[in-house]
Amino acid sequence: MLSTLQPPRSLSHFRTNPTLLLRYTSLKPLSSLSSQPVIHSTITDQPQSPNPLPHSQILSTRHSLLSRHLTATQLADSFLARLRLTEPHLRSFLHVSDSVLAQARELDEKIQRNEELGPLAGVLVAVKDNICTAEMPSTAGSRVLEGYTPPYDATAVRKIKELGGIVVGKTNLDEFGMGSTTEGSAFQVTANPWDVSRVPGGSSGGSAAAVSARQCMVSLGSDTGGSVRQPASFCGVVGLKPTYGRVSRFGLMAYASSLDVIGCFGMSVADAGILLHAISGHDRLDATSSKREVPNLEAEFVSISSLDSKPLKGLRIGLIRETLDDGVDTGVTSAVRNAALHLEELGCFVNEVSLPSFSLGLPAYYILASSESSSNLSRYDGVRYGNHVAADELNSQYKDSRAKGFGSEVKRRILTGTYALSAGYYDAYYKRAQQVRTIIRKSFKAALDENDILISPAAPSAAYKIGEKNNDPLAMYAGDIMTVNVNLAGLPALVLPCGFVEGGSAGLPVGLQMIGAAFDEGKLLKVGHIFEQTLQNCNFVPPLIADEVTS
Amino acid sequence: MASTIFRSLHTNPCLLHPTALLRRKMSFSATPDKVKPQVKVAPNIQNKTLEKASKDYEAVIGIETHVQLNTLTKAFCSCPYNYGSPPNTSVCPVCMGLPGALPVLNMKVIESAIKVGLSLNCKLSFNSKFDRKQYFYPDLPKGYQISQFDVPIATGGYIDVDLPLEYGGGHRKFGITRVHMEEDAGKLLHSEGGSYSQESYERLRFTLSLFWILFVYFMQVDLNRAGVPLLEIVSEPDMRTGIEAAEYAAELQRLVRYLGVSNGNMQEGSLRCDVNISVRPIGHIEFGTKVEIKNLNSFSSVSRAIDYEISRQVLLHSQGEDKEIVQETRLWEEGAQKTITMRKKEGLADYRYFPEPDLPGVFLTQDYVGGIRNTLPELPETKRRRYEKMGLSMQDVLFLANDVNVAEFFDTTITKGADVKLATNWIMGDIAAYMKNEKLTINEIKLSPKELAELIASIKDGTISGKIGKEILFELLAKGGTVKGLIEEKDLIVDPAEIEKMVEKVVSDNPKQLEQYRGGKTKLQGYFAGQVMKLSKGKANPGLLNKILLEKLNAKS
Repeated sequence: MLSTLQPPRSLSHFRTNPTLLLRYTSLKPLSSLSSQPVIHSTITDQPQSPNPLPHSQILSTRHSLLSRHLTATQLADSFLARLRLTEPHLRSFLHVSDSVLAQARELDEKIQRNEELGPLAGVLVAVKDNICTAEMPSTAGSRVLEGYTPPYDATAVRKIKELGGIVVGKTNLDEFGMGSTTEGSAFQVTANPWDVSRVPGGSSGGSAAAVSARQCMVSLGSDTGGSVRQPASFCGVVGLKPTYGRVSRFGLMAYASSLDVIGCFGMSVADAGILLHAISGHDRLDATSSKREVPNLEAEFVSISSLDSKPLKGLRIGLIRETLDDGVDTGVTSAVRNAALHLEELGCFVNEVSLPSFSLGLPAYYILASSESSSNLSRYDGVRYGNHVAADELNSQYKDSRAKGFGSEVKRRILTGTYALSAGYYDAYYKRAQQVRTIIRKSFKAALDENDILISPAAPSAAYKIGEKNNDPLAMYAGDIMTVNVNLAGLPALVLPCGFVEGGSAGLPVGLQMIGAAFDEGKLLKVGHIFEQTLQNCNFVPPLIADEVTS
Repeated sequence: MASTIFRSLHTNPCLLHPTALLRRKMSFSATPDKVKPQVKVAPNIQNKTLEKASKDYEAVIGIETHVQLNTLTKAFCSCPYNYGSPPNTSVCPVCMGLPGALPVLNMKVIESAIKVGLSLNCKLSFNSKFDRKQYFYPDLPKGYQISQFDVPIATGGYIDVDLPLEYGGGHRKFGITRVHMEEDAGKLLHSEGGSYSQESYERLRFTLSLFWILFVYFMQVDLNRAGVPLLEIVSEPDMRTGIEAAEYAAELQRLVRYLGVSNGNMQEGSLRCDVNISVRPIGHIEFGTKVEIKNLNSFSSVSRAIDYEISRQVLLHSQGEDKEIVQETRLWEEGAQKTITMRKKEGLADYRYFPEPDLPGVFLTQDYVGGIRNTLPELPETKRRRYEKMGLSMQDVLFLANDVNVAEFFDTTITKGADVKLATNWIMGDIAAYMKNEKLTINEIKLSPKELAELIASIKDGTISGKIGKEILFELLAKGGTVKGLIEEKDLIVDPAEIEKMVEKVVSDNPKQLEQYRGGKTKLQGYFAGQVMKLSKGKANPGLLNKILLEKLNAKS
């Protein structure tokens, strides 16, 4: 069945509308950088009126609290107010915590008593609903888990709480992370804050939209084939997919175990990096989590004032040729080419590199991810938890519980994966896909031996209309071409907004993907931070909240 | 079968009795297999035609054994496992298969698997992995079992077996195809047999607060056993009779107990045997149709079920109805002493194995394996051969080597200087009888190997008589203490003067016998000794007594 995907018929399906670069005028000469405020001093009392440059909401929160400039309650209040205001348009949350203010008040009392604060104190974090939280329902966007509340926190969530972070709520997603639009949620469709008639991307669409619309400060998503990076691109926020094994998967409801990672969303590279630092590290509850030490990622966020004119001098950047082929929106291509120019101005050597195995990634990904998901989702049988359909006979109980509990995309992937693992087909599909995976891993390794960082678009297009690709799953799968290879290779990748294409009332953001060597998130964050701090005339605040601020 | 169980659970939501449900419902052989190695066989009820026919056919038998490892915690989580705990009290998100939970391998499982692999003379896979075996069943929380598929931890070994003498004895070598690691499933709780007490219901609800009330009512699954580590040991189809198969299983039990990796208890399900059996005319190379037998809860049921199944298949063959033998799973019915169809196999089940992505590969180093090899104890086969060389009879050898604790007791006794044959006799005789009567294991008796050695020495050097020795033995068994202490307590007569007096009295009281003795009938010495002992009420030191007696008898010749 999947063989029709190979070669991807896909790329020709993309819209090739002529695009305009909105608000992206020119690159400011670097000599003027010194006049830019350093991120530590960009702290603002009113997150509603964002600085033209992305600033670290986490650092400004810490600063506000420590300087007693703002209380945690005030901060939480202002975010919750915006959440309430925007949520009817966006529907990015499946559940909003009712204890946010209580936790903020508790924190304020601690500050009153001069107690020590965790590095994430007062930081409002939204969590994708396929990540377990002990005090909130966790449904993975599926009917099969409707009303299910886990008895434990995922390791990433536990760490955030231990460091003082406050979980705002659970965000919407494509059921079990299977989808690229968040339309695959069993409960609601989330809208893109840049244009509510468009999808926020997926599967972590809720987490991306929530950060984009400043409903929270940062959020957790999960990325199996691009589910953090593509919605980050669609929503104009920073999305960070760490190296496989960097962050514990314990408590992440498995979709494809060998590809799944928990990732971070933020309004700035620094926020995504600080959040990643908080959740990284070996976990004895996840045998696939790496024992490598986590370097101090915060050290990468140097103040812009201390940069020289060519802060990235000598850095070798490889622009992946295959990602700028036919089938990619020209607006996206030119935004990425402009980003490359910007990197050159920062001192980088930018070369085009070819990854001949690139197009093999998509079919290999869909075979491996579907195969693993067919197994991982077996536990949703209605026996121990979740949706249970009473039946007189065991097999009917299984059939009915699963037929009523799963949505069509999930069923499609379970069937695909079951087929690929069946006796007689295993060698032709699963085993071959694993061989492709090895080839892809090697070709990335080779390219990253020659280059410090590889760049590409995060998605072949900007956000498209809700319903546009609903009836064409293959077109939707093809949209993952930019991201799946990175999961197959287990590498870290950072997506950050780099420009706009035409669409909506204020244009639609385009994301640049930076891919690094395994466990080299530090380099991605350093480059990403300098890139965003030096990118001029790009304001990635969606019109939805810009309007509300003015009204 | 699955559906019937489910239906009965479903329609009897209130009749729940967890403790009854934990017990296996089949009857077991009354003799605990802990104590007894040999196999009982049902009286041969086969008729003459069958006996004649069976000479023309041979059975081909292979066994799959599941050994539950006695690691402190389960294979992939930190839950302990204790047989017989109340349902669902030893569970966690991992072994319940909750969303987001991940397995982490207990390294003790690898260690045990390597021990067993080495002891079965297998080749180890230094680069192995876990796979998922996928099927749906309510006792399987994740919808797949973590197992090993194409790269088992150990392959291509063999096991040496000495058949019991009452079945003709003899030595056999059976091939081991593979040993692999996997996790156990939970247990379905059957709802018949009494109502559910309110107290236990509340307790269950408390421990199951994660579960829905629906679950509590409709489906009763005890997940205590889910995730407990197992080794599956697959034999080559090398066995030909029920006795051989039962003795193979008994040897595996001995082996895992020697290694200390499992309690090997069949009643508790710590050792489970599934038998594959087919019959073919002698001389044929091709195998007949294979039938699997399950529900074998003792070695004797292994043996009897196989003998029954051989007769059934031979009869069908001899009547030209071998088409009636189909590939199926049959259950051994202990009550009826026969096998019945459980389920027919409709094609091969497709378990859709694939490598377990949640667990890294299992990589062994020579150093690690070498370290484990160096800690291996003396194995049953080596022990038996050593005992044989010590001059013990096969019957003695099989008895002593059967139970690792008995063997250790024996070995320590010998190290303390005891005579081999005497030690064997004491252990196999009075000590074994005492253990059987009191239902004690050798570790539970109060007698220590040191004291047994002391006792044997005291009898040998004449400090005490055999009769007194026996008395002392039973006191040591029941109450403990030392041989020396007990001899003192018995107030034995060790004063030569006192014994001399008694000897003189006996000699002078029996002039006729004395004359006969001195006339050459020296055998009468025993008579005199007996009389003196009687006079001393058994308390005279037999060595002194004999010495003085001889002096007196031979004095004025």
